[in-house]
Amino acid sequence: MSAAGASVVVVGGGVTGLSAAWWLARSGLDVLVLDKGVVGWEASGRNGGGASHYHSPLFHEEQRLWPQMDQLLGYPTEYRRERVIFALTEADLAAYRGMAAEGRRLGYSVSDLDPRQVRALVPMANEANLGGVHLHYGGHANPQRTVQAYAWALQDLGGRIAQHTPATRIVAEGGRVVAVETPRGRIGLDALVVAAGPQTGMLLKTVGVRLPLGYGRAEMIVTEPAPLMRIGGVDGNGLYGRQTLRGNLAFGGGPHEWIELDFAGPAARPSSPLARNLARRVAELLPGAANLRLIRSWAGVIENTPDGRPVLDRLEDPANLTVATMSSVGFGLSPASGHAVRDLVIDGRCSFADLDKLKLSRFASVGDDWLEARGWLPPAPAEARAAP
Amino acid sequence: MARPTDPSAIDGKLAPPEERAQVLVIGAGPAGAAAAIEAAGRGAGVVLVDENPLDPQLMGLDTPLLFGGRMSGAVQRRGRLVEQILTANPALEAAIELGVDVRLGVTAWGLYVNGPALRALPAPMVGLADEERSWMCGFERLVLATGARDVALAFPGWDQPGVVGAGGLRALAQRYDAFAGRRLVVLGSGELGVATALMALERGLDVAAVVEVARQPQASAVAVTQLKAAGVPILTGYRPVRAEGGRDGVERLLLSDASGRETVIECDTVCLAVGMAPAIELLNAAGGRIVPDGRRGGHAPALQGWATSLPGVFVAGDAAGLARNAAEAARQGRQAAAQALGGKAEGHPPAGPDAFAYQMAWFEALTRDADPATIVCQCEAVSRADLLEVRAPRYLGEPTIPALARDIGSLKADGPLNQDQVKRLTRAGMGPCQGRRCREQIALTLAQAGGVSPADVPLALHRAPVRPLPLKVMADWSETPEMTAGWEIWFAIPGQWSAYEDIGTEREFITPFGGEA
Repeated sequence: MSAAGASVVVVGGGVTGLSAAWWLARSGLDVLVLDKGVVGWEASGRNGGGASHYHSPLFHEEQRLWPQMDQLLGYPTEYRRERVIFALTEADLAAYRGMAAEGRRLGYSVSDLDPRQVRALVPMANEANLGGVHLHYGGHANPQRTVQAYAWALQDLGGRIAQHTPATRIVAEGGRVVAVETPRGRIGLDALVVAAGPQTGMLLKTVGVRLPLGYGRAEMIVTEPAPLMRIGGVDGNGLYGRQTLRGNLAFGGGPHEWIELDFAGPAARPSSPLARNLARRVAELLPGAANLRLIRSWAGVIENTPDGRPVLDRLEDPANLTVATMSSVGFGLSPASGHAVRDLVIDGRCSFADLDKLKLSRFASVGDDWLEARGWLPPAPAEARAAP
Repeated sequence: MARPTDPSAIDGKLAPPEERAQVLVIGAGPAGAAAAIEAAGRGAGVVLVDENPLDPQLMGLDTPLLFGGRMSGAVQRRGRLVEQILTANPALEAAIELGVDVRLGVTAWGLYVNGPALRALPAPMVGLADEERSWMCGFERLVLATGARDVALAFPGWDQPGVVGAGGLRALAQRYDAFAGRRLVVLGSGELGVATALMALERGLDVAAVVEVARQPQASAVAVTQLKAAGVPILTGYRPVRAEGGRDGVERLLLSDASGRETVIECDTVCLAVGMAPAIELLNAAGGRIVPDGRRGGHAPALQGWATSLPGVFVAGDAAGLARNAAEAARQGRQAAAQALGGKAEGHPPAGPDAFAYQMAWFEALTRDADPATIVCQCEAVSRADLLEVRAPRYLGEPTIPALARDIGSLKADGPLNQDQVKRLTRAGMGPCQGRRCREQIALTLAQAGGVSPADVPLALHRAPVRPLPLKVMADWSETPEMTAGWEIWFAIPGQWSAYEDIGTEREFITPFGGEA
């Protein structure tokens, strides 16, 4: 690839970066996405696929866009609307009812379900369930297919993607970013978007911008196909997940592990015996699935900011630098986050939501020892734990 | 001062292994049995597990070998099979006498070792399972003697009962005495093909022919002479065109020579003996270093002596790179056990013919004129054309207009072809057989399309459980209280799910409704 550059360079071919690039290309800009590996290879392509993020300022835009995404992108995302969440404990039921109330407050339709109604919608469900909620919004999509759909749709609009091309340094002159360096040479630009997932903070550091991030490893499992349920977005019992359109049950949840990370990312993303704890919870939630075979487990690495909320911010210095990390909740919100980044890059402000509380400056007072202070550190070595 | 902790992190939640072995050996073939005996002779406490006799349902999924539905009812009689396995392998009796804890019918489905991105394990451990339950077994030293897998190659009609692999056939005919076929054609004339044909003859089976796409037989002159002396024709310069059959599967195989003239051979079984691949699933899923090495049968463990890149984990026999015979596998097992227990690194896997090149030659011959609609991934019904078109599965309907413009060529234009990426888009290799029947041929397809050697196609990663086991078997029904009490759906960062307008108000931290939806 030449060092010719692009009007907008997006670092990170994950779901946030690709959506942003696609939105920018839709506005006619010349966009180049750089990825250190293959598009969607990291957490963007290996998550639960949920699209029901009522807590986010991007929520309404998320709900507005998902039903249109297949049409807009021109490739299938496997998006399906609706979600059923049901409880095996009173505490969970109260939490789900609270979630339903929040959905209603925001103007969306939710039905409360009694145990029999749960069984009618989810034939494999535990007979001893206590009831649940049926969200007539939200839903789920296939992360792998969706990420590729963004990438292809971007290319169809003339955008370019350079895979296996990590950005290693941001070059600024006179308060503006002028280029990024890669092993294939320097790439000039008019505006830069950094949406590099866990590597976002590392890259920003090269231009003197501090974004505190912790890196977590989380795990999922998937079974062989089960008969298709009317609504595939089914979870509960401490799990998030979905039935794929093929029928597989894919679920995650449970404890994460804080890890150390470098620019290259982990050489391996091992999963752990947590697969057994996940398997148990799926079998409890859906006893009708207990005989299904577990065929894979996997792990992904996700970044989190100190408050667990995104940074969607066009900086003041350098003024042509936009930062986008979704802090571990990026996939479902991606149609909207890309729109927001497009607005920030082109207009300097988001046209459809208030993002003031997602500015990077809110972390200015976070101390350098914040990871230690939170206990967001890798586990102590096993030998040390064994000591009396 | 106590270190602050994140209550929803994994620290301290994973249970210590239910049992511990000083030396754990996976696989009780020649290499594993010899490793166990060597380790026990050196005074170590040894547990030796082997998944045979297999769950007949797994055999129906062609797991772990390509059994091709040619199991007889004998695979259901576990008691008899256990006896038979013990009788057929005197080394197991010797191991038991030396005090080795031999467990048959126990599957190793996962290997877990702390490393850069996983430090939460209380100990290095292996996930084991029988038909009822799973559990974790800790180890100080682990010897993987997991053998080799069948390499399957599609041709029209291969997706019916009666198309078996050399490994599957050997297991059924020799280990289980449960092979339901009578007359077979062997594809491949290398040492594997000839040995498979001779084994079949020894078991009283009828071998109609050995077929080779190259112009010359590939095995040594001695082996070829032996086969010819037994009256088995070696048809060189022929390629299979299709297998035809009926309700019970294969009834005949059609061959074609270079001039296109077809020959029909009546048979009930077609045995793919083009290659076997080292069984690296456990090591690969645990992040152990794997290297492409055609001289060792394909992707094989990176080795120092018999030590893998994972601490305390050793490998021997076919899993290290296709031993030439049982005696050599046993020698490797002894060497690996000795090295594992502090002895010096001795020996190395033998170099065979280049498996990548031979498999590619067969792949090219089988696909040259074959119907592109031939299914490659049986579980997900993905054809070779689907792979080349990078077609989304049919349950998503007809491809959109932009999707029609996408194919393996456009993917290649974006960077080297990657099997895991193609897998995610087409679903090839994502089914219940865990890609056993299609992973090598997909890699060959990508190599051919990308104009590179199969060695240069990134290995599609294996994932635990490396055997497809039921949820109820995999489930940890006695997890730690720490796990139960500290289970959160997501990171449980205070305020992460607060409504946006509550941020910065007194309500910011009071609305935790649970998790991500």
